[in-house]
This record gives sequence, C-alpha cells and structure tokens, in this order.
Amino acid sequence: MTTSYRVMPGPEHFLPPSAASMGIRLPDPGQGSIHGTIVTEEEAMEQAARQLLSAKVPTIFPGPLVLWAWNEKAAKKAKAIRYLYETIKESVDSSQHAMLIPMPDYRPKYPKINPEIEINPNHPNLTIWHNKIDACIFVGVHCHQANLSLKIIRGGTNCYTIAMCAQAGHEDAMLSIRDTTADKLIRLAEWVKKLKGSVPPPV
Amino acid sequence: MSKERIQIAEELFDIMPAEYQDLVKRATYGNEQRGWKDIGNAKELIEEHSLCAGCPESMAFRYILASLPNPEDTVMVGSTGCTSLVFPHVAVHNIHSLFGNQNAIASGLKRALTVRFPDRHKDVVVLAGDGATVDIGLDMTLQAWFRQEKFTTICFDNELYANTGGQESGLMQKGFVAKMAPVGKTFEKVRLPEIARESGCHYVVNCTVSKPNLIEKVIKNAVHIAREIGPTYLQLYTPCILEIGKNSMEGLQEMRDSEKPTERFAYKEYVSEPAKELLAELAAKEKERKAEAKRQLAGQSA
Ligand SMILES: Cc1ncc(C[n+]2csc(CCOP(=O)(O)OP(=O)(O)O)c2C)c(N)n1
Ligand code: SF4
Ligand SMILES: [Mg+2]
Repeated sequence: MTTSYRVMPGPEHFLPPSAASMGIRLPDPGQGSIHGTIVTEEEAMEQAARQLLSAKVPTIFPGPLVLWAWNEKAAKKAKAIRYLYETIKESVDSSQHAMLIPMPDYRPKYPKINPEIEINPNHPNLTIWHNKIDACIFVGVHCHQANLSLKIIRGGTNCYTIAMCAQAGHEDAMLSIRDTTADKLIRLAEWVKKLKGSVPPPV
Repeated sequence: MSKERIQIAEELFDIMPAEYQDLVKRATYGNEQRGWKDIGNAKELIEEHSLCAGCPESMAFRYILASLPNPEDTVMVGSTGCTSLVFPHVAVHNIHSLFGNQNAIASGLKRALTVRFPDRHKDVVVLAGDGATVDIGLDMTLQAWFRQEKFTTICFDNELYANTGGQESGLMQKGFVAKMAPVGKTFEKVRLPEIARESGCHYVVNCTVSKPNLIEKVIKNAVHIAREIGPTYLQLYTPCILEIGKNSMEGLQEMRDSEKPTERFAYKEYVSEPAKELLAELAAKEKERKAEAKRQLAGQSA
C-alpha cells in the first residue's frame, strides 16, 4: 500500500489518526524511517543527529526498560544513553539546552506530575510544553506506551519525535531507528559529534 | 534479598524522581519483620493518596501496605471505587479489574502465578469496596471462596457506594439514608463475614482500622493462611466521612465508636481448624526466631 500521509511534527490536532491506519509501515531490519518513508539505517542516524543539533531543547526520554538494570544489556544501554546525552550537551551551543528526563513508569499520577523532572505517557505534552522541548528521543519505553505517547505528542505539540526502538520502530514517531542496542546509541552519539558545528543552531 | 533483585541503572540513578530513589534506598521490601512500626521510619509503599482529606481508607492503605509480609512478591487486585484512585500511588504490583470482577481476576492470577513460579511464594490480595465485593461482585466473591482459591479478599466497608455519590449498598445499615438513597435502607446489613465462613473461608475478621497493630496482625494472618490453606476474608470498616457528615478529624472516633462490644464492628474473628494449626506453627517459629536473636545479642555482648 502506498500513502501520501506523512508523519510530521504537529500539532496535528486533538486526536490524530494512528499513522499505521494511514498506511505508514515499519522499517525492516537494517532500515529506518523518516516521516514514514523507509530509508537506510545510516540515513536515519544522520537525520536524527541533525534534528538534535538543530533543536532548542533536544531531550532524551529513557523509559523503565533502561532506567532499571533488568540485565546486563539494559545496564549497558543506560550507560550508552548517558554518553549520548553528554555528547549532545557538549555539541550544542549556549542557546540550546539538552535535557535527560525519565519516564519512570506508566501509572496515571494524581493530581499531576512534576514536568520538570519526569514525563508520563498519559500526558507527555505537559513535560514537552513546560520545558519547551522541540526534539526528543524515546528509548526503553514499552511499545504500547510509546505508541500512545507519540500520538499524543504529535497531536498536541510541535516536538520532533525520534524512536530508538528495541523492536521494529514506531509508525507514530517522525523518525525511527529499530533494533536499538547500546552500540547503536553510541553510533548516534558519533553522528552527533561528526556533525557538530555543521548544523545551524535554531534561530 | 528482594531489593537486590532489581536496581536502578547506575548511570541514570540521579535523574530518577526522589520517590523511586527512596524506594530503593529506604523501603522495607524483603524485611520479614516489616510492620506498622516502620511507618515514619522507612519509605512507605504508598506515595500520596487521592482520597478526601482524613478519609480512613488512607489509614487502612498505609497499615495494610506496611504489613504485607511479602510485598515484592504480592499482586493486589483492585476494583472501581474510591480505592482505585489510590492504586497508582502504590509501590506493589496491582491490577485494576472491571467493577465486581476482582475475585475472578484474582483466581486466574493466583493460579497462573503458581504455575509460573512454583518455587516462590506469590501472594494475591484483593482490595475492593463494599459495592464491588457484596453487590455487583458478589457472584465472583462467593465463587472464589467456594472453589477454595488461595488468596485474601479485603473489603473496605464504608457502607455505601462512596465514589459515585452515596448509593445504597448491601453492607449499609438498615434505615440509613444516603444522598442518593433518600428512602432509607429497608433491609439489614448483609452478614458477609458469616457468609464467608459458611462459603469456605479459613480466616474471617470483621473490624475497624482504628488500631494499626491489629491490622498488621490480621493482614499477616490472612495472607499466610491464604498462601498455605485457602481463602481468607477481612471486612474493614473505613467510614466514608464525607457521606456520613463527619469532618476530616472525626474518622478515627467514628471507628472507635463503631467497634464497641455491642456495635456492628465489634472485633469478630473466625479461624478454621487447619488455619489454627498453621497460626500456632508460625507463632512457634516466631518465638524461636526471637529467642535466637536474643541468644545472638547476648553472645555479642559477652
Ligand atoms: C461495571 C461497572 N458498573 C458500575 C460502575 C460505576 N461505579 C463506579 S464506583 C462505584 C461504586 C463503588 O462503591 P464501593 O465498591 O463501595 O467503593 P467505594 O467507592 O465506596 O470505596 C460504581 C457503582 C463501574 N465503574 N463499573
Ligand atoms: S468519598 Fe468517602 S470513601 Fe471516598 S475518599 Fe471521600 S471520604 Fe473516603
Ligand atoms: Mg463503599
């Protein structure tokens, strides 16, 4: 099935259609996707790095799968996420503000979350609005919660979403890299380093 | 033991909200002697609550969560009602079930956990309101007991449907008039503790939550008996101060007034014969543990 639908930064509207229902498909192994178009993984990496370097508030949202050291692989990923964050921080200029904000779990928190220190999948827009986040990475968030959040973000914010997914990627992210390992996170950090200085900062 | 089972990733520890850091550092998971006295000394397994100010359900939650003998391997099953708004703040695995279905969900869950983890104690504890337990869920409540499902059922009895504004429940007292039950209840409070006993529960207690040490005792008994023998039932009076026209400081007194010997929440307990034997065994073990601790202490100071 071909589609003219593109997964772009929003706000699309209150209830955007799920990208999958609009004909967007997931990348195969070795591929990535940008706005719903299948590209090579390397192209997706480069584009992700460019988005992070040109954002005012590039942010990583690590989820429970990496916040907790379930096993050695998860601990390695956590280390790589920290490295990626430090790399972004060092690679942006003083007008930009890199952030690392956890999604510690998925429960609906009452009466509200503290958007300065966490993001919640049931209302991710609050953290994005509060911190004026314009590009973010989802990593270590379970599929269903990532799908839910990515759709809400697309509906109500203008944030560019990047899924560093351990499985097959997310239709509702603007950019997907699949089968994410610690090595792939480090490769993205290397792309950020490589492009440092060559991507114009936000106006 | 249990806190080592899973840790926050070292590199991301500093960005975790304080409540999670506290849970890892100062909660009482894995401490077999945990109990109500940890409240105020250790990190509680309830973060905040979304109940009305002074609602006795909040005390009940705190005492129960402090007393569960095995919180890291316990799954609680809740149902719709005031209690369900609290579960998102609770650091024990929990499942929200469709209103009234809690004992059916718990039955399947307990069986699945037994198959999946044959070498580990996995406790299941249902916690639901009186509407969920006695009215809409009565079928599921009783069938689980008939089948001798090995889990604990706790009913927060506030004698009406609080969360939906005060409708009549089977556990409401005869003659009581509520905001959405203006005619007054025409029949007696359902005698669920007696029904529980006749339906096969091995441990049944009817009381208020005015005394934390008592709640600790009955929770521990109920969970241990359910684990080893069969279904257990606790009916705890957690008055809805909002619906009975009390203010936030008056919940405790309301419970004290209702637990007097002639009142409907005077302490009542039923223990089956096999459950009595188990409790005696546990008491003997506890006595031995304390004696051993004393001996060790004496050895150290000698
Ligand atoms: C299947 C179903 N029926 C009805 C309701 C509406 N409902 C929500 S809470 C509630 C009453 C809860 O009463 P109770 O179990 O006594 O709990 P309380 O709020 O008093 O603690 C009802 C009827 C529902 N959520 N689901
Ligand atoms: S409505 Fe009643 S039972 Fe519910 S939280 Fe308020 S006081 Fe407690
Ligand atoms: Mg009730």
